Amino acid sequence: MHFRAFLLSALRSVTSGERRYHLWMGSLTAIMLIGAYGYSVQVSHGLGVTGMSDHVSWGLYISNFAFLVGVAAAAVILVQPAYVLKDVDFGRAVLIAEGVAVSALVMCLAFVMANSPGTPTKWWRLTPVIGLLNWPSSMLAWDVIMLNGYLVLNIVIPFYILYSHFTGREPERKKYVPFIYVSVVWAVSIHLVTAFLFAGLPARPFWNSALLGPRFLASAFTAGPAFMILLLGFIRSQTTYDISEKAIAKLATATTVAAQVNIVMLISELFFKFYSPTKHNINARYLFLGVDEHHALVPWIWTGIALNTVATIGLMIHPLRRNLRWLMVACAMLFVGIWIEKGVGLVIPGFIPTPLGEIVEYTPTWVEVTVTAGIWALGLFVLTVLVRVALPIELGQSRSPYIAGALDAPVVRPRTTRTYPKDVRPVRTR
Amino acid sequence: MSADLFQSPPNGDDDGTVLQKRVDRRRALGILIGGMAAGTQAVSACSPLSAATDEERELKHLEWQEFIQKHYRRMTEAERAETVVRIERLAKLRLGVNVTIDTTGAQPGVLFGYAFNISKCRGYRSCIEACINENNLDRAADTQYIRIFEMKDGPVDLDAATATYEHEVPAAGHFYFGTQCFQCANPPCVPVCPVGATWQEPDGIVVIDYNWCVGCRMCMSACPYWARRFNWSVPEVPAEVVNPNQHYLGNRARRKGVVEKCTFCIHRTRHGRLPACAEACPTGARVFGNLLDPNSEIRWILANKRIFRLKEDLETEPRFWYFSD
Repeated sequence: MHFRAFLLSALRSVTSGERRYHLWMGSLTAIMLIGAYGYSVQVSHGLGVTGMSDHVSWGLYISNFAFLVGVAAAAVILVQPAYVLKDVDFGRAVLIAEGVAVSALVMCLAFVMANSPGTPTKWWRLTPVIGLLNWPSSMLAWDVIMLNGYLVLNIVIPFYILYSHFTGREPERKKYVPFIYVSVVWAVSIHLVTAFLFAGLPARPFWNSALLGPRFLASAFTAGPAFMILLLGFIRSQTTYDISEKAIAKLATATTVAAQVNIVMLISELFFKFYSPTKHNINARYLFLGVDEHHALVPWIWTGIALNTVATIGLMIHPLRRNLRWLMVACAMLFVGIWIEKGVGLVIPGFIPTPLGEIVEYTPTWVEVTVTAGIWALGLFVLTVLVRVALPIELGQSRSPYIAGALDAPVVRPRTTRTYPKDVRPVRTR
Repeated sequence: MSADLFQSPPNGDDDGTVLQKRVDRRRALGILIGGMAAGTQAVSACSPLSAATDEERELKHLEWQEFIQKHYRRMTEAERAETVVRIERLAKLRLGVNVTIDTTGAQPGVLFGYAFNISKCRGYRSCIEACINENNLDRAADTQYIRIFEMKDGPVDLDAATATYEHEVPAAGHFYFGTQCFQCANPPCVPVCPVGATWQEPDGIVVIDYNWCVGCRMCMSACPYWARRFNWSVPEVPAEVVNPNQHYLGNRARRKGVVEKCTFCIHRTRHGRLPACAEACPTGARVFGNLLDPNSEIRWILANKRIFRLKEDLETEPRFWYFSD
């Protein structure tokens, strides 16, 4: 009874909205369709239609995968304070963070699928009973378990809380808090395991470093909260969902610290690779300086470093960080900067040159670009749906009609999440 | 002979009962879904628009069987025999070629090793050509397992070497250095596979079950010697040049989206023959043999020559040594 009402109400929240909401979802759908076309070309012709080769055997897909696992893991930055440390400021933001984690994980799985088009049908081979999961020796097997487990945790916990609110009950702490503890450890683990996937390969000295795991975490805890600030800032300006200024300020502090640590690690990496250059550092030379006439990644990595440095310095200046507009700009810069650093600058140079010293450069083809754009659109689509369902429930506007005494109250608020016209919105002070 | 062909699976299969249970469940699933697929096929067969011939239907059916087939190491002898028949029939249907699929296991008392004489190799690349023909390598993508690097006289420096030379060989002041899969005793490509589709056989050869590989390419990232190749598109081997003598773990037809590599010509060497590259080499730079045979040439070289291996610091223990006269 309640559940049916929940689904119906969710469907209503998702399908109704203003014109620009439909426009947004429509554009995302269009991009997804273009991506689906690219994917269909890839499935029928094989990965030969991508820019990857025996020399550079992973490309844009695994790059985005590595980046997005970090975004997913970063939900822990809000989950831990909100649930474990009982920080009231993060109470409302935490559901949004879990929504970001879910959509990032959906993108991760989609990128893994795109990376080997045989996987959707061959995935049964990864199931322990009917297939053969090479656990514990394969880091990829670990990653399969970690990602799917994290996805389940991040669906089940928020669902329980939302559903309880929807049916007019207070969620029982003893029922969900144990899972929160698991998810906190799990979040750090998914990203460490993903880093170990690369770091555990002596064949690739560029990745084979003890710093890789911590650096993954530092960059994840920069890019993830940066994205969260952008999203929360947007929600705050567009809805009545009250995300406290304190919550955003705390997130901004966390982002700043993580960005600083990330830069320290970059410096450490650069020192290590260039102070005493050995043959093992030729990949880093290719990335940062170029080798002979090969330097496709050089402009990318320096753009990424510039974005990260400028944004981090900006965040360290208090008046700038406390200004929401500048904060959003800095966060956007960090998000893009980390994407370049970790996406373009981590996976691809690991292959150039090859372990036998041959240099073949990599440029993605239109197929990879459309599939990648399609998967990002899919992630944003999922995120929009999740936020769209969660907000009316958390605002108390969406309640089950079967709650005793609730029958005469309006069940779902009509059409839009905005309750009053723009001009009479309460003035915020900062 | 047939008893010879279907040797019992190597180590790790002694928990047969557990495996059998798994198989039953999976089989049941296979039959169930297969039945559904057959049903749809029957419906489409009745439709007047369907142009499917008997052969096309058989192909579809066999491809489905191939899709749900078990991991090679978990197959019983009967299942291996069934699989062999299916692969042979598929080759006939797809290419019109009669092939024989060998499943000979590792021979007792055999451990393969290879030695490469860098003072003899003159860069002719006859080995590469023989390898392509012998192993049914993708002609369209020009897949090659072997690389011959041309280096300036002096140290072995792969970074400064080139494998894409296009001039008369041997070039003055240069020497030649061949690489391929070294069948490491401690292969880094094996443990990283998420589905256990690649493993080392008791005679030292690292093999891949192409039907089990999911194409994630983790093993390609893990190999320090760049020995593994991927089928980026449907591999093309014209029917007239197909080598029909094939091994399940070796040179049989691959599909797109799976990894492959040198297997020391498993279909030849397990029957006491030399790998195609060693046989084709006109200079005698390639020495192949059984490391467990104290009278073999390779043992003599290992005992009497100055030898080295590539990237010894990684402790992969390649069974492929370089030496010079």
